[in-house]
Amino acid sequence: MKILVPVKRVIDYNVKVRVKPDNSGVDLANVKMALNPFCEIAVEEAVRLKEAGIASEIVAVSIGNKLVQEQLRTALALGADRAIQLDTELTLDSLQVAKLLAKVVEAEQPQLIIMGKQAIDSDNNQTAQMLAALTGMGQGTFASKVVVADGKVQVTREIDGGLQTVELSLPAVVSTDLRLNEPRYASLPNIMKAKKKPLDVSPADSFGVALDAKVKTLSVKAPETRKAGVTVANVAELVSKLKDEAKVI
Amino acid sequence: MTILVIAEHNNAALKADTLKTVHAATLLSNELGCEVHVLVAGAACQAAAGQAAELAGVTKVLVADNTAYGQQLAENVAALVAELGKDYSHILAAATTTGKNMLPRVAALLDVAQISDVIAIQSADTFVRPIYAGNAIATVQSADAIKVMTVRSAAFAAVATGNSAPIASVSIVKDLGVSRFISEELTKSERPELTAAKVIISGGRGMQNGENFALLNGIADKLNAAIGASRAAVDAGFVPNDMQVGQTGKIVAPDLYIAVGISGAIQHLAGMKDSKVIVAINKDPEAPIFQVADYGLVGDLFTLLPELDAAL
Ligand SMILES: Cc1cc2nc3c(=O)[nH]c(=O)nc-3n(C[C@H](O)[C@H](O)[C@H](O)COP(=O)(O)OP(=O)(O)OC[C@H]3O[C@@H](n4cnc5c(N)ncnc54)[C@H](O)[C@@H]3O)c2cc1C
Ligand SMILES: Nc1ncnc2c1ncn2[C@@H]1O[C@H](COP(=O)(O)O)[C@@H](O)[C@H]1O
Repeated sequence: MKILVPVKRVIDYNVKVRVKPDNSGVDLANVKMALNPFCEIAVEEAVRLKEAGIASEIVAVSIGNKLVQEQLRTALALGADRAIQLDTELTLDSLQVAKLLAKVVEAEQPQLIIMGKQAIDSDNNQTAQMLAALTGMGQGTFASKVVVADGKVQVTREIDGGLQTVELSLPAVVSTDLRLNEPRYASLPNIMKAKKKPLDVSPADSFGVALDAKVKTLSVKAPETRKAGVTVANVAELVSKLKDEAKVI
Repeated sequence: MTILVIAEHNNAALKADTLKTVHAATLLSNELGCEVHVLVAGAACQAAAGQAAELAGVTKVLVADNTAYGQQLAENVAALVAELGKDYSHILAAATTTGKNMLPRVAALLDVAQISDVIAIQSADTFVRPIYAGNAIATVQSADAIKVMTVRSAAFAAVATGNSAPIASVSIVKDLGVSRFISEELTKSERPELTAAKVIISGGRGMQNGENFALLNGIADKLNAAIGASRAAVDAGFVPNDMQVGQTGKIVAPDLYIAVGISGAIQHLAGMKDSKVIVAINKDPEAPIFQVADYGLVGDLFTLLPELDAAL
């Protein structure tokens, strides 16, 4: 079984972003970038399915400029077999990403697509669902457990009220939640080996997908900051402040 | 122009999120002078439809009552909404796990973008949403013919009830047959739901284990509070996943949020920093949570929680 893992290059989750003074976006100059944490979980899950003898090949794909090759190499070091970059300088909406991924799905014919539930930059949480819609596949979003057997996949999903398990026929799309697994670190020998694994590049505009965004960002502002609070000396003072000053209890 | 709201419900009753999503829809309809329809797709969901008809501002309720929609499988519900949705200018659902699961699928079927987690509506095509875990607030404008968006419940008040909008049934049945509901394990609790509670007390890694979460019970009882948690507490298995507050968990904005043994990572703050009053209890005076807390209490939670319980 072939697994396709779409991965995104995003700001490292430890970095506190700063909004640009002209409110045109966030400042990404000289900021540490990384594999989106949910994509890391997706790669790990694919690698575990390969180690379990269920998957035979893992293909990582990323859409973006040359820099995304760094994250594709990370995916290769974690255990993906080959990588595809769809090259573009444009910032795409999830719909366009999903349309491009649908083209890759058409060409590669994977049985399973495992991807992040959410990119931690745009916080969109859309692409997996859109890809499933465009390919007519079933979707197991926010997965905390994935079991592949008998041509089907059972996905346990983290939902607002608890957990839900659905069964999907293959091919299917799965999006990862935090509890699915704990990703491994790439070992040095694997990082070296990853440099020799195949990485194909094709222009994103060669797939017949219109790449002009329909949603325009008018401004990006810093959130309102909370004014500094006070330290209370003890529980009694806390309770009286909550009662008399804040009037919330 | 007509606005369609996709109701969130469990067939028997509407979820509180629907009342807030309808509120967002009425802000749009007031501006546009248009109608607001609510779709209740489910199985044996007439009771939920009846409740939807009572919501202020709703001009019509559509009910698609079929076993295909009983478990809210995204594949089936999205196919239905996409078919109905062609005739609408805006399609709204709550930014809950149900809405987030289903609505992007609708947008893709309609060949339009989705705008996630709307926190304010500026005009018929311009919306405000947080990005980067709430560290930046974007104002975006959509040029799509149909605006498809999820709405953050914490940012909108519930609409009033007392209306009696007409109810029409929809006979479209979409059963894609690619997915099947197997089972559900819902956390049972007598407490208010996290996203609806006026008071929340959350525990983090500092609680050390699941049993110690019982230290929060007495306080939660007295304050009629919901109990939440950080990701670290969920990952460690202290409490179930549906208690996670944060960027990738639940977004809450209660009147009072008490963070106990939580350091205040940006991903946690993303889920609670719009609370009216924040209290932090932490033994580390340098913990970042104190930077957003209105009232900080530095000390050992194992001494302070019983004291707080007794003082209330
Ligand atoms: C992609 C991604 C998504 C994430 N999403 C979320 C999310 O939605 N929600 C979320 O919460 N996190 C999320 N995180 C995790 C986040 O980065 C932090 O790791 C997490 O919030 C830390 O939880 P914590 O504060 O409980 O634990 P810690 O950071 O370990 O803090 C524990 C705190 O307890 C205090 N403490 C310990 N013992 C005591 C005591 N006896 N008395 C008083 N205080 C004590 C310590 O001083 C410390 O400040 C996410 C991370 C990533 C990468
Ligand atoms: N530019 C991209 N290239 C490859 N995969 C992407 C890209 N953008 C998003 N994805 C995938 O879609 C997931 C969800 O992203 P989003 O819907 O944007 O929050 C990510 O975790 C990735 O798996």
